[in-house]
Amino acid sequence: MNPLLLFVFVLAIYLGLELITKVPSQLHTPLMSGSNAISGITVVGAIIAAGEGGVLATVLGTIAVAAATINVIGGYLVTNRMLGMFKSGKDA
Amino acid sequence: MEAWQTLAYIIASILFITGLKMLGRAQTAKRGNGISAIGMLIAVVATLVAGGLDYTWILVGLVVGAAVGALAARRVQMTEMPEMVALLNGSGGLASMLVGWAEYVRADGVVTFSAIAIVLTVLIGGVAASGSVIAFAKLSGRIDGKPFLFRGQKTLNAAILAIVVLAGALVALDAALPGGVPAVALAFAVVLMLALVLGVLAVIPIGGADMPIVVSLLNSYSGVAAAMAGFVIDNNVLVVAGSLVGASGLILTNIMCKAMNRSLANVLFGGFGATVSTAGAAAQGEVKSLSPDDAYFILEAANSVVFVPGYGMAVAQAQHVVKELADQLVKNGAEVRHAIHPVAGRMPGHMNVLLAEANVPYEQLVEPGDVNPAMETVDVAIVIGANDVVNPAAKEDPSSPLWGMPIIEVDRARTCFVLKRSMNPGFSGVDNALFLKDNTRMIFGDAKATLTAMVASFKES
Repeated sequence: MNPLLLFVFVLAIYLGLELITKVPSQLHTPLMSGSNAISGITVVGAIIAAGEGGVLATVLGTIAVAAATINVIGGYLVTNRMLGMFKSGKDA
Repeated sequence: MEAWQTLAYIIASILFITGLKMLGRAQTAKRGNGISAIGMLIAVVATLVAGGLDYTWILVGLVVGAAVGALAARRVQMTEMPEMVALLNGSGGLASMLVGWAEYVRADGVVTFSAIAIVLTVLIGGVAASGSVIAFAKLSGRIDGKPFLFRGQKTLNAAILAIVVLAGALVALDAALPGGVPAVALAFAVVLMLALVLGVLAVIPIGGADMPIVVSLLNSYSGVAAAMAGFVIDNNVLVVAGSLVGASGLILTNIMCKAMNRSLANVLFGGFGATVSTAGAAAQGEVKSLSPDDAYFILEAANSVVFVPGYGMAVAQAQHVVKELADQLVKNGAEVRHAIHPVAGRMPGHMNVLLAEANVPYEQLVEPGDVNPAMETVDVAIVIGANDVVNPAAKEDPSSPLWGMPIIEVDRARTCFVLKRSMNPGFSGVDNALFLKDNTRMIFGDAKATLTAMVASFKES
């Protein structure tokens, strides 16, 4: 385990807080579901566990891959669907 | 890790950051979502082609997950979006928890730092997973949305957390001490199980009206859990992406708390709405009701109309007929706006999503600060299934539990219609003095039926 990751962690949190300070309330739900899809990045860890492990680790990893993929695919698609509905009166 | 793989993860991280930034602006949001999805694809492919993996079960997981995710995203009704978001939070948290567990099983002689990361991944992921399931059950009405409180709740939570910390320390010590600590596998199982119990206990005391806060907080947890999993498998892209989500969830949580003028601690431990039924001064005045037909004559003469939707509009599925009535009013020469309180509904942005589904252009959607200053010039404010967010007690009655909460001040409009089934108080259980004001007219009945009748009157004329 690499303690340098702690450095990355703190900087990334700080970056996240700076990045999303002012979000119009119209975008609250898409921001939530869209960022939620990003948290499905844990699929990377799940793939390694499912592909490298022993029996128990493979079982846990496979379930984790499925759960994380639901998170990723479901999150991105539903966000895309929602954002597609937001229309300006000028477009109509 | 190969150099090209590190490079791919860096590119993925940059795409996540860019995508998230673009998600924060209406014009760029859709492209931002796509950019972040490309980042995810790059990260997954880079992991898959790295080699040394047996693909059989990975593919099973990917195919099953993609099918379920795609189907759910396509099928879900916009009114069910809070439930959908809760379930997505839960599946992300569950995945991180399982990754932590699998790494614990795989690791032979982990060092202390990794052991701590594993415990934190399992703990935070587990709380996000089971907490989201309870949030889902409350949102979908499978269990009662009211706060569930019992004596000694806080003591119990504190005790469980203490046991988790102790058991977690045992797991970490196992790595540090030569020869290991006895019963450490049991300690790990305790962490695993109590994490799930904690998630349940954390969400059951929280009432329906506070759900926007809980949903955004669970969103933050699922991100932090992914970041912790990054510590466990020593992977930068998990740490960066997870932290970004953790931070954005925290910001939303904070916005929601401010919109209710309450602290996060008060929301999490308060059991708001369970104990306040006697608080607040009794309101004075009498209820004046109106029929939809009479309401039409007032609307017909109005130059400026503001709709104030709330959770009741979602329940009645009335967003489409709201749009129809708004169109009729615009055709009649009135200026129409929809004033949306940040915590209206059951998740952040709930009302915006519903009105967008009904094709309401987003120029008509405004925030309380946009309508409050000139509320006196509004001819009719139409409150549809909103209650606490328009309760004047928030600024008139210091003894009210809502005191100090920023509201949409419809009581200052020339006329205020309140569409409501009955005189029952809102989710907070607080009486609403708005209903008794001189300029308020109650229009009882199903909101959708009432609005449909008004639209029909416009069409006939």
